[in-house]
Amino acid sequence: MSHPAFVAFDRVSLAYDETSGYAVEDITLSIGSGEFIAIVGPSGCGKSTFMKLCTGLKAPTQGTVRVDGKGVAGPLKIVGMAFQAPNLLPWRTTLDNVLLPLEIVQPYRASFKHKHDEYVARARKLLETVGLEGSEGKFPWQLSGGMQQRASICRALIHEPQLLMLDEPFGALDAFTREELWLVLRDLWQERRFTVVLVTHDLREAVFLADTVYCMSRRPGKIVARRAIDLPRPRDLEVTYSEHFIGIVHELRAHIGRVRKG
Amino acid sequence: MAAKRNLDRWAPWIFLVVLLLVWEFGVRLFRIDEFVLPTASASFRALYDNFGPILMNTWPTFWTTMVGFGIGIVVGVLIGVLIGSSRLMYNGLYPLLVAFNAIPKAAFVPILVVWFGIGVVPATLTAFLICFFPITVNVATGLATIEPELEDVLRALGASRADVLIKVGLPRSIPYFFASLKVAITLAFVGSVVSELTAANEGIGQLMLAASSTMRVPLMFAGLIVISIMAMVMYVAFAALERRMTGWAHRGMNMPG
Repeated sequence: MSHPAFVAFDRVSLAYDETSGYAVEDITLSIGSGEFIAIVGPSGCGKSTFMKLCTGLKAPTQGTVRVDGKGVAGPLKIVGMAFQAPNLLPWRTTLDNVLLPLEIVQPYRASFKHKHDEYVARARKLLETVGLEGSEGKFPWQLSGGMQQRASICRALIHEPQLLMLDEPFGALDAFTREELWLVLRDLWQERRFTVVLVTHDLREAVFLADTVYCMSRRPGKIVARRAIDLPRPRDLEVTYSEHFIGIVHELRAHIGRVRKG
Repeated sequence: MAAKRNLDRWAPWIFLVVLLLVWEFGVRLFRIDEFVLPTASASFRALYDNFGPILMNTWPTFWTTMVGFGIGIVVGVLIGVLIGSSRLMYNGLYPLLVAFNAIPKAAFVPILVVWFGIGVVPATLTAFLICFFPITVNVATGLATIEPELEDVLRALGASRADVLIKVGLPRSIPYFFASLKVAITLAFVGSVVSELTAANEGIGQLMLAASSTMRVPLMFAGLIVISIMAMVMYVAFAALERRMTGWAHRGMNMPG
């Protein structure tokens, strides 16, 4: 990939406090603009810490994090985030949940009242692309887990962030729903080409969706392997049964096996 | 199903009738003297016979309670927001509040009398002192239990602490707040009546004290009945308000998955 680096980590380490040691250590990587990367690793390897560093929610103890050419100092506003728990607000309808970021992020915030109709139309369109048309007026507790997660991804994208951070977004879903949402995410990314950082336990998910997969070691988290995924795009679920795909998954699995033992 | 739901609806009334019957016939069966424990019918008869004076004393008790309750809501919510949204306040103020809450509020009445004299002020303040604590604790709990991921989502958007409080914290604590109102209103009646028993010129508490000095025990029981009816009516009113305001929270409990 010859993209200019959009996110650049240079020898970054983070310790939450002085006694506990590093949560992540000596991470150097660069993510191109519009690139889709996945981070895999055993539980407690500092994947979530990586996300906090990337979005400016935590400042590194050592090293520098640069996003879009600028050093990160404080929370970034060009980021959308989604987590394993959908975290929708139960007193808001699906539509109002998706609109929430526009009530907070500038420049939308200032124009939220007089451009309300335009933003509602945008939210409806986004909900439609993830297959939630007709559910705009429902409350989150009236939706299934998979539908809630779709709405959560819409909320992460409504303000058109340049960087989408996903922390095990499909971890709590059943296998079929998960694969359905892979396709939803694939299509959204294909259409809009934002930069994605996907943190996951699921190697098949990582290989299917990402351009580049990074393996992290156990705490303190270090990058132990980087694997470019050379499967042609657009990818269909069929590809997950090809030998090449399975070969890559095996290769990554071997890395994870080593760091779990080590 | 329909029969069972009907039974659920009538259950409180059925139990009330059973309680009154046990009271009435228990007293008659064991031939307990009226100045020890009057029958239910004698108590209601005293209520009927003294309806005028009771009504005149019910009103002061009611409004001092409601004023104290109103102050309790304002102060309770303010302190709740303060300790629920600031770690420092939580660590510093919460233990003090617990210690304060452990003091029997009846012990404040003589002090309030020294400060404000006999009358409605001690009753109002006692009602306030006894009822703000559950409101504070519930509001603080609602604010302090925001999911950290949700806070991250908002902070990554550049939300200020005030944004998080207004968009998430306060709406989220509304069900906790209304739940606490039901408890607080009944406590407020405890406060005002306890204060009236020693430091008032009027009110149900004062009426009971006067009845006690002349051994009119049925009238004392009539006073108790009036207090519990007032508290129940207010409880039901706030429970209905709670259902109206926080339907999402209750239906949310039946959510799939």
